[in-house]
Amino acid sequence: MSLLKTETAPIRSDTDVVLVRQQVRAWAIELGFGLVDQTKIVTAASELARNVLIYGAGGTVRLEALNDGTRKGLRLTFEDQGPGISDLELAMKDGYSTGTGLGLGLSGAKRLSNEFELRSVPGVGTRVMITRWK
Amino acid sequence: MERIPILKMGEFLLVTIQVDMHDRLAMTLQEDLTERIVSARAHGVLIDISSLDVVDSFIGRMLGHIAAMSRILDAETVVVGMRPAVAITLVELGLALPGIRTALNVEKGMDLLRRAQEQDSWEPGDSRHVPAQD
Repeated sequence: MSLLKTETAPIRSDTDVVLVRQQVRAWAIELGFGLVDQTKIVTAASELARNVLIYGAGGTVRLEALNDGTRKGLRLTFEDQGPGISDLELAMKDGYSTGTGLGLGLSGAKRLSNEFELRSVPGVGTRVMITRWK
Repeated sequence: MERIPILKMGEFLLVTIQVDMHDRLAMTLQEDLTERIVSARAHGVLIDISSLDVVDSFIGRMLGHIAAMSRILDAETVVVGMRPAVAITLVELGLALPGIRTALNVEKGMDLLRRAQEQDSWEPGDSRHVPAQD
């Protein structure tokens, strides 16, 4: 698997969440994603970026354009140094939220991606990695 | 401060969302709109989202709140112009927008509001307000 390009962006405000959406859209277009695939990865990115902001008190997203030899993909890694998630299974449940949201962020982002990986250590932080292949 | 304009058209309010909204802007719109429904004595709200290429759970929740609040204030809300890729993504995200009336475009949305208005103001024996038949 080869890495075509990579970039890291900060998530510190709700304006940054908008910028992340726009950047993910631009990369998805560049990789030749169709309109529905673009919309899915941008929407997933929006959910996860907001999670970083609200639950992680800010953090970063790393964008990676990939080529595994037969297809191209976009991988997004969201990281924060927030309080972490104590019950991962519960956090992945539709409708569960410790905040005021709908509880669709994590579970929805997983459904909108081809690959999904969630790692969290209470007191250390949370990392969510999603990949969508063309 | 940045704001989404709300236009008054007869008894209805028209909102065309043309920018990628950050979360605070969406909250401001929700507040502005509920105030305008009351001050303009509006009986219907039409929200055109045809320019939006992403509707995530936050915007979806805002649309649901606007519909619920306007109903309490005696106004109907119709959301028009959702793009097909957005509809596909919303359902996969897990958000089916319950309680929100939708129409394909502004014209059909206006028809829907007018019909709801006619049915509402019709009383037995009142020959001036006969509901439209179709």
